[in-house]
Amino acid sequence: MVGPLHYLVLAALLFGLGAVGVVLRRNALIVLMSIELMLNAVNLTFLTFSRFPLVQTAPTQGGFLTGHAAVFFVIAVAAAEAAVGLAIVIAVFRSRTSVNVDEFDTLKF
Amino acid sequence: MAESILFWILAAGVVVGGAQVVLRRNPAYAAMSLVACFFFLAGIYVLLSAHLIAILQVMVYAGAVMVLFVFVIMLLNLKEEELGEQRITLWKGIGALSVVALVGLIAFSALRHAYTGRVRDLAVEQLATGFGTVKAVGRTLYLFSILPFEITSLLLTVAIVGAVVVAKGKI
Repeated sequence: MVGPLHYLVLAALLFGLGAVGVVLRRNALIVLMSIELMLNAVNLTFLTFSRFPLVQTAPTQGGFLTGHAAVFFVIAVAAAEAAVGLAIVIAVFRSRTSVNVDEFDTLKF
Repeated sequence: MAESILFWILAAGVVVGGAQVVLRRNPAYAAMSLVACFFFLAGIYVLLSAHLIAILQVMVYAGAVMVLFVFVIMLLNLKEEELGEQRITLWKGIGALSVVALVGLIAFSALRHAYTGRVRDLAVEQLATGFGTVKAVGRTLYLFSILPFEITSLLLTVAIVGAVVVAKGKI
């Protein structure tokens, strides 16, 4: 039988994959995709705790579905983040002709 | 029983898709794997009775965000030599190991004690109120988080304008 821990461990795995992508890959596009993976892992955790709550009564007015509302906002923010992030990638590519994040070191001291 | 089988199939798809995103050298293949990963994740959300979120996942992530990614990948049109070689350095190894250790710590130390007593399943308890449907989530959104909801529309407007301003060379 599948319980909440299965979903939580899956979310941890997905977050780990995203973190590995951010740490290991030098392609700015893949770094952005890995960030999306991590955001989705967070969404999965929100939804799991929303369906299998740890408390008897909901702590806020919105009831137990506030987890779903939080995921809604995360999706909206992720869409905005992807749009702005990709615009920055295009702008940097125009001046440096590269998407390697190791070469973006103008601000390095 | 059916839920268990579906969960394992979908979870395997999510993990394989996510791993492909990290391991693929060409960003176009990574983007396609990410689309597959998001579709499997939408299936997981359906298993969690989050019907509205599952639809949003397919429409916003697999639809809008990934189309944006694919557009940018094709716009940049990276050549093989511009992708750069994959070097395994000491610091990358340390980074990967620390991430694996972090996941292990989360999965086996923190989560193990999360649920000690009987597990409440709200999808069964609140079946009559339509847990996770458009109506129920919409009620929560509009009655109890209307201000963040409206601020989100402002955020999206700012993101659109910001993306155009940043990506356009000369205004």
